[in-house]
Amino acid sequence: MSHFRIADDADQPKTFAFTPDYQARVDREIAKYPEGKQQSAVMALLDLSQRQHGWVTRAAVAHIADMLGMAEIRVWEVVSFYTMYRTTPGGRINVHVCTTTPCWLRGSDAVTAACKSKLGIGFGESTEDGQFALHEVECLGACVNAPILQVDDDYYEDVDGPATEAILDALLRGETPTPGPQVERQTSAPVGGATTLQSVGGDD
Amino acid sequence: MPKLTVDGIEVEVPPGSTVLQACEAAGKEIPRFCYHQRLSIAGNCRMCLVEVKPGPPKPQASCALPAADNQEVFTDSPMTVKARKGVMEMLLINHPLDCPICDQGGECDLQDQALHYGADTSRYAEVKRAVQDKYMGPLIKTIMTRCIHCTRCVRFVDEVAGVPTIGALGRSGDMEITSLEQAVASELSGNVIDLCPVGALTSKPYAFNARPWELTKTESVDVHDAMGSAIRVDSRSGEVLRVLPRLNEDVNEEWLGDKSRFAMDGLKRQRLDRPYVRKEGKLQAASWPEALQTVAAKLKATDAAKIGAIVGDMADCESVFALKGVLDGLGVTSMDCRQDGAAIDPSCRAGYILNTGLAGVEDADALLLIGTNPRVEAPVWNARIRKSWLENGLKVGVIGENADLTYPATYLGAGPQTLNEVANGSHDFAKVLEGAERPLIVVGQGALSRVDGAAVLAAARVIAEKYAGGRDGFGMLHTAAARVGALDLGFVPGEDGRDTAGILDGAASGEMEVVFLLGADEIDPAKLTNAFVVYQGHHGDRGAHAADVILPAAAYTEKDATYVNTEGRAQRAYRAIFPPGEAREDWAIVRALSGALGAPLPFDTLEALRTAMGEAVPYLDAVGALAEAEWGDFGTAGDMADTPFASPVRNYYHTNAIARASETMARCIEELLPPATEATGTDG
Ligand code: SF4
Ligand code: FES
Ligand code: FES
Repeated sequence: MSHFRIADDADQPKTFAFTPDYQARVDREIAKYPEGKQQSAVMALLDLSQRQHGWVTRAAVAHIADMLGMAEIRVWEVVSFYTMYRTTPGGRINVHVCTTTPCWLRGSDAVTAACKSKLGIGFGESTEDGQFALHEVECLGACVNAPILQVDDDYYEDVDGPATEAILDALLRGETPTPGPQVERQTSAPVGGATTLQSVGGDD
Repeated sequence: MPKLTVDGIEVEVPPGSTVLQACEAAGKEIPRFCYHQRLSIAGNCRMCLVEVKPGPPKPQASCALPAADNQEVFTDSPMTVKARKGVMEMLLINHPLDCPICDQGGECDLQDQALHYGADTSRYAEVKRAVQDKYMGPLIKTIMTRCIHCTRCVRFVDEVAGVPTIGALGRSGDMEITSLEQAVASELSGNVIDLCPVGALTSKPYAFNARPWELTKTESVDVHDAMGSAIRVDSRSGEVLRVLPRLNEDVNEEWLGDKSRFAMDGLKRQRLDRPYVRKEGKLQAASWPEALQTVAAKLKATDAAKIGAIVGDMADCESVFALKGVLDGLGVTSMDCRQDGAAIDPSCRAGYILNTGLAGVEDADALLLIGTNPRVEAPVWNARIRKSWLENGLKVGVIGENADLTYPATYLGAGPQTLNEVANGSHDFAKVLEGAERPLIVVGQGALSRVDGAAVLAAARVIAEKYAGGRDGFGMLHTAAARVGALDLGFVPGEDGRDTAGILDGAASGEMEVVFLLGADEIDPAKLTNAFVVYQGHHGDRGAHAADVILPAAAYTEKDATYVNTEGRAQRAYRAIFPPGEAREDWAIVRALSGALGAPLPFDTLEALRTAMGEAVPYLDAVGALAEAEWGDFGTAGDMADTPFASPVRNYYHTNAIARASETMARCIEELLPPATEATGTDG
């Protein structure tokens, strides 16, 4: 299970402000919601702050709370609920392993073991060169392709130990392996091809 | 009105009721942890499960299920009981079961309900989780492993206190309640201790002091502000160990301010426990007869015009009535109960009470606060204003300090100029008042304790008459528990008499020779150095330091006494413990003094005094009731200065002698107030 932790004060930058580019995206997000319901944009804003800074800082939470007229503790509740938000400095590449029940039943232990041995770090840690960080996360909403390995914005699906090692090797070489299912399967369609609707149309 | 049956009993409940409320109406008790009638519904503890037909074939959370016609509810069926047992087992999995060292022991909902639904042994052999304790300030002690995540504390600070600082961080089995290591910056923070159904949040000052069954419980009223909140004083072996709120829907609902709850450790410190008389320039211990004779001799030898008396903020009606009797007998007319010099007009009662009652603000749709900051002057009432804003959209306007009241308030301006604009209709808020059906105008002491106070009061009356129908839309918020009672008893300057400022200035210039202070501490003692000062009270505070004779008296927990709150409601406090040492009840001291003067007052029991007092002022006898006051002319129209109104309470934690003697209050100041506020010496 993932544990929530806020980075130490020493690691926390004093201030946070969106860059003009990000601010434009922030404004677009807020504008999506009706007047008086701007708080609904909190998740999008947190994500944008994480994209800009790499992780969600105290200063960013304070800034977003202020921007949306929310109490800071309410924003922290959101941040702490979703494993999508990182509250400690991660790596340049962030590797997430889903260990929630469906993924676990489908072999996430092997994925975890492969990550740990390949990268030489445990959950919540980053490699010495700061290139990789490993995170344990809760259900990524893709259980149908369990287990899932998430690298930054990409989902690698239907992975096992060897597949994980292959993906990490490619990443270590600086390549970007193709995301999606790592077995013979079109998205979440049955493995090995269609089992129903095998012909299109027909005479009878 | 939905009609349903609960265990075969037919009940009809108001629309919008929940199944839990319907069960209560049928006299069935439903176990619960997260549900609280004054908080929003969370439905997260699942302890209140019942079987309901029609519906899905599984138990339902009764606190979150609307009552509907033709429902059949079973609170005792095998399904219900099994479900509750399951919930209890689940809650106890991660609970430390450390009742023997838990301060909640004996008054713990979890303990009580485990008695009914708990198993005798645990089936759980895995590792229990442990949670790090959190810092929540000087008043709330946390043992977070005990938390069952009902979120009552979260909802209270968010909804009632309006200071959203506690939250639930993390998810599922990892969830923790925290204020992110900040002190909970609310004057109502102590209430989360009562709300927490387990021992996760307990009282820091009371930690490891007593078990509830060892305590003697005395129902009484609070005097730390003018609300007269209902309290229960818990004592053991002559010591007050804690103060808790009692239910009084009309006054404090079930909340209590932190000062009223936690300043009680001040009752043990700096107490005056024997009489003192100044001899050769030094206060020296004396016997009661000696002290009383000294005072009597001085009073007799002094011209009545040169004697003055001031009543303090926590004096009870009985002693004020008795003291006035003595002063009248001597022909003294210089007396005042308005230590702060508030220009209250004693001639019209409707002009100095909160005519709508404290609960009246819930019916109001517009509220104008003049020279008052209810958040620090009457925090529990402030929560009620907030409730009215939340539930009815009450519109609040403020003339005075632009403080954070925990609800949105339109800041109209700082002082008399704005008041004039509202009065003559040129201000925008005048339209709000005009459009409101039940507007309420509330004047605070901050608007009156100034040279132009009488003119401000008159202007407020004009506004009340113009927009709010006079009496039914006018109220005064007091800060002193003694004030309304003393005004009712006419403890104000008589013919040619001096008021507080007159007495003090007279004492400084030598025109006043004797000054009698009945618990008066909020005055400038420097002005009293030339006069012969008698201080009757319970704490060695400002008044006692200026005294030539000290008559040690009882604090509010040590006497049977009557207080009239800001609504004009007479209420009784009851003795929980005896006063320390040789200290005596106030009325008895004054009665003894009258004897020493050779003119004994015509009563020698409390009952006889109360009968006489009730004859003089009938509503002081109608304990608990609100008497309607007659509207009239009060205040004196005139020029007003341009200085802004300021709340009389500069530091909530230090408004009186008891609070100033309290270590807990000192810690609150240290940990809760910004350094700037702390540095100013002017409290209350
Ligand atoms: S601390 Fe107490 S009141 Fe708050 S969530 Fe936990 S059990 Fe409930
Ligand atoms: S459990 Fe892993 S994606 Fe749902
Ligand atoms: S009381 Fe109903 S779920 Fe907690």
